[in-house]
Amino acid sequence: MNKNKYLKIVKDLTPKEKKLENSALAFLMGGVLGFIAEGIKLLLVYNLHLTVKDATTWVLIIYILMASIFTALSFFDKLVMKYKCGLIVPITGFAHSITSSALDYKTDGLITGVGASFFKLAGCILLYGIVSAFFFAIIKVIIYV
Amino acid sequence: MFNFKDVYLTDYYVVAGPFEKESGVKNCDLYLEDDYYNEKTMEKAEAKMQKTILNKLIDNKTELIVGGDLTNQLTAFALSTMNINIPSMGMYSACATSASSLITLSTFIQSKLIKEGIFITSSHNLAAEKQFRFPVEYGAPKPARSSSTATAAVGIKLSKTPSKIKIVSATLGKTIDSYIKDAHNMGAVMALGAVKTLIEHLTITNTTIKDYDLILTGDLGKVGENIFKETLKQEYNLSIKNHFDAGAEFYKNFEYAGASGTAAQALMLVTKYIHQKKYKKILYLATGSLHSPVLVNQKNTIPTVTHAIYLEVEK
Repeated sequence: MNKNKYLKIVKDLTPKEKKLENSALAFLMGGVLGFIAEGIKLLLVYNLHLTVKDATTWVLIIYILMASIFTALSFFDKLVMKYKCGLIVPITGFAHSITSSALDYKTDGLITGVGASFFKLAGCILLYGIVSAFFFAIIKVIIYV
Repeated sequence: MFNFKDVYLTDYYVVAGPFEKESGVKNCDLYLEDDYYNEKTMEKAEAKMQKTILNKLIDNKTELIVGGDLTNQLTAFALSTMNINIPSMGMYSACATSASSLITLSTFIQSKLIKEGIFITSSHNLAAEKQFRFPVEYGAPKPARSSSTATAAVGIKLSKTPSKIKIVSATLGKTIDSYIKDAHNMGAVMALGAVKTLIEHLTITNTTIKDYDLILTGDLGKVGENIFKETLKQEYNLSIKNHFDAGAEFYKNFEYAGASGTAAQALMLVTKYIHQKKYKKILYLATGSLHSPVLVNQKNTIPTVTHAIYLEVEK
């Protein structure tokens, strides 16, 4: 069968993803996460008298911890599937990817399993995060010096 | 094309997972309480499903076990046949393994090399997710076109002793290029192979679609079965009404396009269509998407193969 003809049939009959709805959900979820984070930060600043910088760090720690625990309790993946980038882009997504990899490979040994696969998904974020940080730092130095 | 005269399906045993039970898969012999089946790892759980079936089906006449699954290097098959003391042969044609194994076993029986043999296959959702996609607990968003691997295992006993279910003929499919690179859209990958093997089988046997009571494709899913029908219509001007897709019969209330996996197809074939005895002439097209993570990551188009088996079921 002709390749283009078949690809046209496939394109016509494959359901389209609801991009607008997905984006809207992700945007709202991201906003809700930010809103809660700001709330926790203000609580820490005004009740426990932490500095804003320390409070921000604590908020991140709480988010990472909660995402990891929720992943282990096996309902966070369902939330991620629903709200997609709303939970993947914030730091919760990073924690989720690491915890889920670790859970998956815990039966394959500490070195060959968990150790080797811990950053299976998050590895690329680390690598390209560090590389791009390096280049942005150079740009910053060039602009300000 | 192979013609068989003395090959009969005499017994079968089916194990299905909890999610399959919840989504309305009926008539299985055993449903698992949870995905781990009292084992520590999901691979061992899959092997245990196969082992359970083998223990039920093996008798002193069993001479050969042929089968396969989706785990790396057929781990589950290796574990389940270990220490069973019967010659065994593992096979892999992805989800078409059910048909390639059944055809191989039938050929052994027809050529009188053996009198009775067992076909075994399984797929396990968690083991397949881990191998082909993302970690199990990682909520990678699935598009509506993707299917979900069914947790199930099926064992079928073939014998030269006559029974009401006869394997009449088979066509081994040829591996072709699906032109598709998207591993999520397995229905589209396999539909082209299904069309090719169906046309080939009809041409060789000089039959038409109407000569069969039921044409059962493997795991095309809801998206793939539409592509299958549309391709038949546009390319060969054939409309097909007596058609069901095993994969699309699963998970009707869930967002996926259906089930995939070697066991999903064989499960529907025996528990629904053979069990019902409503259809006499069944053409079973086992579809396989021959992809691997390496093949997909290196941006190749995905090869596909479909094997056809024609069965006759008497009431």
